[in-house]
Amino acid sequence: MEETKINAQPIDSKIPEGPIAEKWTNYKAHQKLVNPANKRKLDIIVVGTGLAGASAAATLGEMGFNVLNFCIQDSPRRAHSIAAQGGINAAKNYQNDGDSVYRLFYDTVKGGDYRAREANVYRLAEVSNNIIDQCVAQGVPFAREYGGLLANRSFGGAQVSRTFYAKGQTGQQLLLGAYSSLNRMIHAGKVKSYNRYEMHDVVIIDGRARGIIAKNLVTGKLERFAAHAVVIATGGYGNTYFLSTNAMGCNCSAAMACYRHGAYFANPAYVQIHPTCIPVHGDKQSKLTLMSESLRNDGRIWVPKSIEDAKKLQAGQIKGSDIPEEERDYYLERRYPAFGNLVPRDVASRAAKERCDKGYGVNNTGKAVFLDFSEAINRLGIDVIRQRYGNLFDMYEEITDVNPGELANEINGVKYYNPMMIYPAIHYTMGGIWVDYELQTSIKGLFAIGECNFSDHGANRLGASALMQGLADGYFVLPYTIQNYLSDQISVPRFSTDAPEFDAAEKKVQADLDHMMSIQGKRSVDSIHKELGNVMWDYVGMARTKESLEIALSKLKELRKEFENNLFIPGTQEGMNIELDKAFRLRDFITMGELIAYDALNRHESCGGHFREEHQTEEGEAKRDDENFFYVACWKYNGDDETAPTLIKEPLHYEAIKVQTRNYKS
Amino acid sequence: MWLTNSSVGRKIVMSVTGLFLVLFVTFHALMNAVALISFDAYNAICEFLGANWYAVLGTLILAGGFAIHIIFAFWLTLQNRKARGNIRYAVTSKPKEVEWASQNMLVLGLIVLCFLVLHLVQFWAKMQLPELMGEHIMPGKWYLEATFSHLWVLPVYLIGFAALWFHICHGFWSAFQTLGTANDKWIERWQCISKWWATIVFILFAVEACYFTWFFAL
Amino acid sequence: METNISFKIKVWRQANPHAEGRFETYEMHDIPTDTSFLEMMDILNEQLIEQGQEPVAFDHDCREGICGMCSLYVNGHPHGPATGATTCQLYMRRFKDGDTITVEPWRSAAFPVIKDLMVNRNAFDQIQQAGGYISFQTGGAQDANAIPISKVAADEAMDSATCIGCGACVAACKNGSAMLFLSAKVSQFALLPQGRAEAKRRVKAMLAKMDELGFGNCTNTGACSAECPKNIKLSNISRLNREFLSAKCSD
Repeated sequence: MEETKINAQPIDSKIPEGPIAEKWTNYKAHQKLVNPANKRKLDIIVVGTGLAGASAAATLGEMGFNVLNFCIQDSPRRAHSIAAQGGINAAKNYQNDGDSVYRLFYDTVKGGDYRAREANVYRLAEVSNNIIDQCVAQGVPFAREYGGLLANRSFGGAQVSRTFYAKGQTGQQLLLGAYSSLNRMIHAGKVKSYNRYEMHDVVIIDGRARGIIAKNLVTGKLERFAAHAVVIATGGYGNTYFLSTNAMGCNCSAAMACYRHGAYFANPAYVQIHPTCIPVHGDKQSKLTLMSESLRNDGRIWVPKSIEDAKKLQAGQIKGSDIPEEERDYYLERRYPAFGNLVPRDVASRAAKERCDKGYGVNNTGKAVFLDFSEAINRLGIDVIRQRYGNLFDMYEEITDVNPGELANEINGVKYYNPMMIYPAIHYTMGGIWVDYELQTSIKGLFAIGECNFSDHGANRLGASALMQGLADGYFVLPYTIQNYLSDQISVPRFSTDAPEFDAAEKKVQADLDHMMSIQGKRSVDSIHKELGNVMWDYVGMARTKESLEIALSKLKELRKEFENNLFIPGTQEGMNIELDKAFRLRDFITMGELIAYDALNRHESCGGHFREEHQTEEGEAKRDDENFFYVACWKYNGDDETAPTLIKEPLHYEAIKVQTRNYKS
Repeated sequence: MWLTNSSVGRKIVMSVTGLFLVLFVTFHALMNAVALISFDAYNAICEFLGANWYAVLGTLILAGGFAIHIIFAFWLTLQNRKARGNIRYAVTSKPKEVEWASQNMLVLGLIVLCFLVLHLVQFWAKMQLPELMGEHIMPGKWYLEATFSHLWVLPVYLIGFAALWFHICHGFWSAFQTLGTANDKWIERWQCISKWWATIVFILFAVEACYFTWFFAL
Repeated sequence: METNISFKIKVWRQANPHAEGRFETYEMHDIPTDTSFLEMMDILNEQLIEQGQEPVAFDHDCREGICGMCSLYVNGHPHGPATGATTCQLYMRRFKDGDTITVEPWRSAAFPVIKDLMVNRNAFDQIQQAGGYISFQTGGAQDANAIPISKVAADEAMDSATCIGCGACVAACKNGSAMLFLSAKVSQFALLPQGRAEAKRRVKAMLAKMDELGFGNCTNTGACSAECPKNIKLSNISRLNREFLSAKCSD
């Protein structure tokens, strides 16, 4: 194993001066702006149409810039933000339960296990309220009380009710809101929309991002696009694990293209495992389905107290509803009395794994725990519960053939309903392209927003914060900060796509595609991707060790060889070739997998979504090492995929919050 | 003109003319019902609706309504076939919520039209038309006898009435839906009213035709 | 309980938008019934790749019924025989051993086939672009609680807004009409006070665009709503008609 190279060059995160609460106000007051006549002369490429991409493209268009907006799906409305179920946080304090910008900021930093950049998180909490105003004005039908005002619910990692929601489809409604603003700008001619296009490379001219090479997925042709700045909003890299809650098309190729050009990749090891997904059922499975975290408001998580009951459950001899209240181990409520079932995701996921590893799993694979609504249904009635979670219950029933709202048993006068079965699954990636306070990457003119960047969630993201971050970046942060960059670009004329840099970039991409087509081996893309997923889940998954990570790195090297020598893609490059598109993404997933493993290996501590078995307390809780690892790990590409990247550290400085051990027990 | 340029406009034309025809059919059925009670009264009605200016005007409006309804029906159907594309599904299956009539309105309408032509030949062409041309005509009862004394007339009329029943069952509520007067509750109410209305009209016509056949042919 | 089934699958293959299409029949063996329909398609594609053939192209993405990408016409129904579910939420337990399953693309003049089972639904985006929004600048919004909205209206708007834009309504309609899709969006905004200000402009612009794109005329058969994976209600269409009529009458 080669030593990780560490680069000592300083890193400038451009955090403004002043007290935390005034940084963003000060920044906006003193930043450079672009006047309306000049905005018309500037072009911006936005890759991606999720919450971050669509909101940024729409807002930049409204401001007067010319925007080119790309998505791989057939319509901008299909981006995977649409699948977010639970809700969006904001510090409105409409419920009068003591919420404030500071508290949202504090909860987010604490939830992120003190590995987020303080100033970014404070700004996020600050603009959270504007997001709700914005969305309501767009016609997003948030849930309301009978009095006509907005309703809230609580979410993991918080002791206040600050989550706004639209049934179990909040992501859909927020994305459709952003999509409607985007449509308005497309209609006005300020945004040009390119659907079924996939970015294959970013074009750098004189050290600045000046365009992209994108493939028209229908014709199979590579096309060139030039602009004054490029914004990447292409989401996370969860599909490195093959099975995840991400959509099938989610990929990290755009991010990897930036990384290969020298953009730092930060904290790749921070991968969020969501505790409430439907368990894996077989090796033909293509993806995992999330059951919204909001279910934990009324659902109670348990496994049997006795190992005998667990064995009977695994053998299919009894059902969950056959086990009476006193025989159930509500292990989250037992271990974390203060937060109970609402502990953050990383904590809940590890607790489930701990129980299942001890043999208490409740399905035939032994990898599932129960999520039970009996108590809530008995307390509130089935109608109230269906009103809250009806569509989630239906979804669960369609997939598993079990209706969680159905009365299953009555023991000693207590009614027991069918419990759901859940198990943790890869859901979100906190790591991403490194950005400074302005959301600019380490390449000038290249910006990264939404899940694609690393900035706000530290080592773990709280529920209902992803939507908040995506929209904050797109509506309220990037449209300001990008002007600070563009203000001195107004005299730069539009670039011709005939520039030699475009030629070179297109040739390179074409050569890569030609190479993949020419391998003509024996294995399909999916079969290699599944193998990658298994390596990642087994060795770089929920619990990692030095040994497992080293095994992973050597297995990934093998896998790359397999990809390079034994891949088979049918068809030609003429027209649509879905296998070629998937192969292009898989190549980058393999590199991404290595990057995750390198980072995980380097971080000798447990924090948030990164758990090293060597670093835990006697009770099995994560043990951080603030003395040695209180930094953002930024990885710099070293010229080719085979070589290990160089680590650059961005030290964290906390002014407003005192770093302490996370405690959800009391 | 938005009534011809927009899809909703065209449908509004269909629904307004359709509702007008439903009203006409209803009055027609009620008028005929008079003959069940008294042929003298029926003769008086026929005379009242002869070659008088108001009756002629009414006939013209009615004919216009029919014409527009039929022309639009063909026009819409042609557009809809084009919108469907050139290749048809290999397998189709009707969801149970979908009424059979709703997918076959043109065919049902054509059956009603054929019946209408026959009916016009048997009555209007012998009553209002010659009267307009200054010829002397017989009282209404005479024409009933001339028609219903033939036994084949009854089954043909019943087929026409049945097609009309299906056509009104869908057309009636559909018109109110198109005119924007429906919501979750009223869709069901209009559907219910539509069935009742169509059934009452059908029963009236059927009873009348059966009675006349019994009276004149048996 | 899980069992395995074997069946034939008849799939529409078409190389590109201009090519002639045809049905191909494939044999599928021992597919577990808890496999989703699209996972079964994945298995079919792996088989085809193994034989050196091109896999069947079909649209799919989130595989949890919300993105609206999947669009297969299975055994005479858009999204298959399950009600209130998209193709990706369809499971093989709905089928029997020995069945022949026919899979076709959406058929509508406004949705031309791109390849195999994949169609171009850009027309839906164009309808939305014509007016499916509330016009205001980012940052210009008032406090979210400044306008109270009755829970009834908000819930009904939410039901309409649930539309995923998959196009099943058009695929199911014998007239190739997009009225259910259009009415869902118009209804969402018509029900909310924020949307009232430009309600008239919106309904006229969106309807004109829909007509221009070659969708058919609605004849209220109700097949759209019956086949809709999100149960968008027929009453939305009546609301659309009402909005349009009142907009035209006040011109």
